[in-house]
Amino acid sequence: MDFSYSKTEELFLQMIRSFAENEVKPLAAEVDETERFPMETVKKMAKLGLMGIPVPRQYGGAGGSVQMYIMAVEELSRVCATTGVILSAHTSLCMAPILENGTEEQKMKYLPKLASGEWIGAFGLTEPNAGTDAAMQQTMAVDAGDKYILNGSKIFITNAAYADVFIVMAMTDKSKGTKGISAFIVEKGFKGFSIGKKELKMGIRGSATCELIFENCEVPKENLLGPLGKGFNIAMKTLDGGRIGIASQALGIAQGAMDETVKYTKERKQFGKAIAQFQNTQFQMADLKTKVEAARLLVRSAAWKKDKGLPYSADAAMAKLFAAETAMEVTTKAVQFHGGYGYTREYPVERMMRDAKITEIYEGTSEVQRMVIAGHLFK
Amino acid sequence: MNIIVCIKQVPDTTEIKIDPVKNTLIREGVPSIMNPDDKGGLELALQMKDKYGANVTVITMGPPQADLILREAFAMGVDRAILLSDRKFAGADTLATSYALAGAIKTLDYDLIIAGRQAIDGDTAQVGPEMAEHLGLPQVSYVIDAERKENGNFIVKKENEDSVQTLEVEGKCVLTVLASAFEARYMTVAGIVDAYNKEVEVWGADKLDVDENKLGLKGSPTKVWQSFPKQLKAPGEVFEVSEEEAVEIIVKKLKEKHLI
Repeated sequence: MDFSYSKTEELFLQMIRSFAENEVKPLAAEVDETERFPMETVKKMAKLGLMGIPVPRQYGGAGGSVQMYIMAVEELSRVCATTGVILSAHTSLCMAPILENGTEEQKMKYLPKLASGEWIGAFGLTEPNAGTDAAMQQTMAVDAGDKYILNGSKIFITNAAYADVFIVMAMTDKSKGTKGISAFIVEKGFKGFSIGKKELKMGIRGSATCELIFENCEVPKENLLGPLGKGFNIAMKTLDGGRIGIASQALGIAQGAMDETVKYTKERKQFGKAIAQFQNTQFQMADLKTKVEAARLLVRSAAWKKDKGLPYSADAAMAKLFAAETAMEVTTKAVQFHGGYGYTREYPVERMMRDAKITEIYEGTSEVQRMVIAGHLFK
Repeated sequence: MNIIVCIKQVPDTTEIKIDPVKNTLIREGVPSIMNPDDKGGLELALQMKDKYGANVTVITMGPPQADLILREAFAMGVDRAILLSDRKFAGADTLATSYALAGAIKTLDYDLIIAGRQAIDGDTAQVGPEMAEHLGLPQVSYVIDAERKENGNFIVKKENEDSVQTLEVEGKCVLTVLASAFEARYMTVAGIVDAYNKEVEVWGADKLDVDENKLGLKGSPTKVWQSFPKQLKAPGEVFEVSEEEAVEIIVKKLKEKHLI
């Protein structure tokens, strides 16, 4: 058993830490405050190959591992959770399903532009009446000869306002339930497709979360992703992978809040000494540090299994459940350790606390993760 | 065009702490990095590669661990990496180091040699200029910009204390570069993925065009006579500013001196 980073991962960590610190961190507060999508950061990431880390070279990617990709999401989220989720949704929710289910033509058409960062990717499953109960899809896709006609809407779609390619689930045969759901690759410019209202969110405020609207949207036949009726499977498998990304985002947020709190409690003096010297601080921080490290091991282990081609569905759910709840706990306590200052926007911990909350909700709530884990346990 | 860049692995002095009792540097746990001025030099070489097309070779002399900065150089875009590693090089001062580097360079084809101005661990700024002397080449130090003319000459800008000089150098030369003038690029992801699949050539003394008696400790006339912590005597600078500005000034000054 080897818990150390490989030499390649060490080199990658050196790069991504420096990139996050110098290019991403300085923008984080402003991106949150103004709810602005950090396009300049996406362009910089694209130039370095960060938008296509685990995509093979033949499809224009960097040919890296899932492990490297999740390290990137963690390190970016450590300073800016918005940037972390932009990369996670693009990689796990758009490129991964194309890579895993696409025809050679689809891969050649979409992956090089996505992996190079020329295009940004998104994923549409959630609907107003189909959240955790994702099988209740109401978006319909009707066979019209050489194309499908899509009608309906999707909500809470990460990256939507800036994305060029969307993986969209729609019902092709309502009588078959989940086996009547199919997946489609939808491009921004397709006739009848538009972006609806932008959500005003509590956290990750720079990621453009919007509604997708399909009004007789024409999708060419060749843009069906995977076999007809397999969309629900594709969506669930995609979310399994996505959860490793969100677990890494949560881990990054938790680590970022730890970093800030260690720094602050060493500097802040009350009753004549640094508050880091109080045993209350030390014991609480020791517990939090232990949880962060446990979360990291769960996340790395899930990514390791995905890299090895082993089943990882339960591992991803455990990683996301534990990392998300750890992020919420660490950030809430980080604000407490900062006292009144922590409640102000002068310090980043209040932002981290707002950012952490979503990791317990999207790509499967913590309750869904428990369902997945129990499902594997009692099968 | 063939460009050779000399780089050095150094302890990250911004991370170094001083033992309060012994007054010595605590080196344990201090990360090793590519010397900042050398990284600036590498950036100049890679910019020239982008602009004119060039083959960039990096050379370092050091222990086997110095492999790390050569992998980093691969991931930034260099074509070839050579590690000079041999017990015979041990204990080298700047003269013996520059002699060994020159001995390696003599065996290579090149149009331009770039080095950093100085290393943050020794701060001598001697190796680049000495190398030029060993090779009998013209040199320009403190370089902040360089271009190549069609006839193979170089137009080079160098920074002096209070002015900038523009020089034209005929043909092959050695440039020593300031990190502040060349913001080094990040490694690319694909470059990182490939870095350990490439070959770092490890050269011993036998591969070099040198007199082995001039290598390492034997070839080093400099002997350290005494080391002691510097006593601060200067009156210092006085700034009459607000609290916030004072903090900024202090942090900036400490960073400039690599103390934080």
